[in-house]
Amino acid sequence: MLEIALKGSKRYYGWIAFLLVLIGIGSMAYLNQIMVGLKTTGMNRDVSWGFYIAQFTYLVGLAASGVMIVLPRYFHNYKKNTHLVIFGEFMAIAACIMCVLFIAVDVGQPTRMMNVILHATPNSILFWDMIVLCGYLGLNLLVGWTCLEADRQRLPHPKWLKPFIYTSIIWAFSIHTVTAFLYQGLPGRHYWLTAILAARFLASAFCAGPAILLLVLKITEKVTTFQMPRDAVRTLVKIIMYAMCINMFFFMLEVFTSFYSNLPGHMHPIVFLFAGAHGHSELVPYMWTFIGFAFLSITLLVTPKLRENQKLLPWTLAILVIATWLDKGLGLVIGGFTPTPFNTITPYWPTGKELLVSMMVYAIGALVVTVLFKIATGVKEEMEQSQSLPCGCSTEDFCDCAAKAEAEAEA
Amino acid sequence: MKNNRRNFIKLAGIAAAGLALAPKAMASSGGHSPVKKNPAGIDAKRWAMVIDTTRLNTKEDIAKLADICHAIHNVPHIEGKREVKWLWSAPYGQAFPEQENPHMSDEVHHREYALLCNHCENPPCVRVCPTKATYKRADGIVAMDYHRCIGCRYCMAGCPYGSRSFNWGEPREGLDLAKLNPEFPTRMRGVVEKCNFCVERLAVGKLPACVEASEGAIVFGDLSDPDSDVRKVLRERFTIRRKPTAGTEPGVYYII
Ligand code: SF4
Ligand code: SF4
Repeated sequence: MLEIALKGSKRYYGWIAFLLVLIGIGSMAYLNQIMVGLKTTGMNRDVSWGFYIAQFTYLVGLAASGVMIVLPRYFHNYKKNTHLVIFGEFMAIAACIMCVLFIAVDVGQPTRMMNVILHATPNSILFWDMIVLCGYLGLNLLVGWTCLEADRQRLPHPKWLKPFIYTSIIWAFSIHTVTAFLYQGLPGRHYWLTAILAARFLASAFCAGPAILLLVLKITEKVTTFQMPRDAVRTLVKIIMYAMCINMFFFMLEVFTSFYSNLPGHMHPIVFLFAGAHGHSELVPYMWTFIGFAFLSITLLVTPKLRENQKLLPWTLAILVIATWLDKGLGLVIGGFTPTPFNTITPYWPTGKELLVSMMVYAIGALVVTVLFKIATGVKEEMEQSQSLPCGCSTEDFCDCAAKAEAEAEA
Repeated sequence: MKNNRRNFIKLAGIAAAGLALAPKAMASSGGHSPVKKNPAGIDAKRWAMVIDTTRLNTKEDIAKLADICHAIHNVPHIEGKREVKWLWSAPYGQAFPEQENPHMSDEVHHREYALLCNHCENPPCVRVCPTKATYKRADGIVAMDYHRCIGCRYCMAGCPYGSRSFNWGEPREGLDLAKLNPEFPTRMRGVVEKCNFCVERLAVGKLPACVEASEGAIVFGDLSDPDSDVRKVLRERFTIRRKPTAGTEPGVYYII
């Protein structure tokens, strides 16, 4: 099927060339980082993880997102999702690749990465994180590719695939749980040391992940003949709404526990993030943006009229993505390292080079998404599944636009 | 008593198994070179340190010890937030943030405290390391293999004491190459390092360098031996450890 990715319009090739340029620029910054060490970043002795690990954590959520399409399809036989499943799986592939890359650019000795396998250490959560991420990548490659091949040959999906599909659904929960365990089992980092962290990671993944997926699919609709079934989108947006509400509920649980118990260790990071401490308030505007945007997106999602408004939807989703990214991407990592073990505050801010390297990884991810989505939409087009109708509906929708227009004309 | 007997049986078992396996192991040596112990080396079941802060409590005095430590271990000197340090000094509030109170004795509050890796009994750094580059030795010392470390810095997130430093850049840039100690390796960039309780000195029968230079203000010995120097001071003096709530059981004690 790869040949589908090779045949494309000028615009398609232009976009790929643009991504390659971004990758090229970013790799310069990465080469520089390899040559002189991680001092090109803003990280330091006290805040020893930064932007890279934050992106990694956030993208694990994106990887887990597809399951919000796959699970209703297979566990509840929700047929409307049938033609979206492949996009969830392909998005997961790209997200897993980006996760691995963000770890790779973060380690000080990337050439020794294989030591994690050569000297496998099951007591380290990082070992398990590698296992679950690579496993999830493999599962999605297998399931996604096999299903699409079968579709293309107009064959039913092979039976032997079922166990893999069910495994991948459960597996999606594991990747985010294990990533949370990476943080929540460390005795000295109070912001992370909370049992709700894994649950919160899952909640935020299940709103932010599908939100990003929907946004990317909206763009896909613009540049291809593919059209998402209306009802499937509606259902997914509802899932996003519930997940975001749960996410913020968990956050409030966290705030209550910290402040009602009055335990300094638990209060300090939150105070630092939202009010600043010892004269450091760099993160305060961002964290309040998170709160503002989170509640704005919830308002837009829970109001049926606003939720159904397709013009508004991309904005709602974008606001939600920004909110969750600020919370989980930036706040989580920096908050965990602040205050330091010495109860002092060491500021951290990513450097330009750090951002360039991150841009490289994101561009690689975008490239993977582009190619995979090109293939998937190509096959859908060949099969005439989920295609857009002149009235804007999808072929999978129950479309009565023509009848309506006729009725109107008659009247 | 029971414990002793069980230990003895265990040891005897291990020894018997060892005897049975040893010739084979020696013959094939399966990738591990046989270790030949220096007969002068000193050994313990659990090395520990007691720092008398009534005697060692000024920046200058601790800096003297740190300089010696850093010189013999080729620890690079780097200014600012990306510094590398094995032994350093900090005020009370930084050393014991959970055990501060607003009306402490001025004298205790204004002391400087020598900080270093605690060589914890339950070290989180070892628990989290994905490559066993950080590992606990049989004598309780938490050691590092700088050639295996991938520089993921998980151990730095895991250590509740901020004992670990990462080589953000080329460490040799922070070293006076003319004054390198040729008996101890320098590190490469991109790996973590920390105090090693001077394992290389213990192996040849010398006490850790800071202990030797402290003129008695730091006591070092076997915690499992009730007659050792450390056990004696611990019996006689009031001591505290850093962050007891972290459950790591630090091996460094402070006489207050
Ligand atoms: S003090 Fe930190 S680095 Fe040293 S053994 Fe304990 S946890 Fe590990
Ligand atoms: S930085 Fe090195 S020593 Fe620390 S956890 Fe990673 S591999 Fe282990």
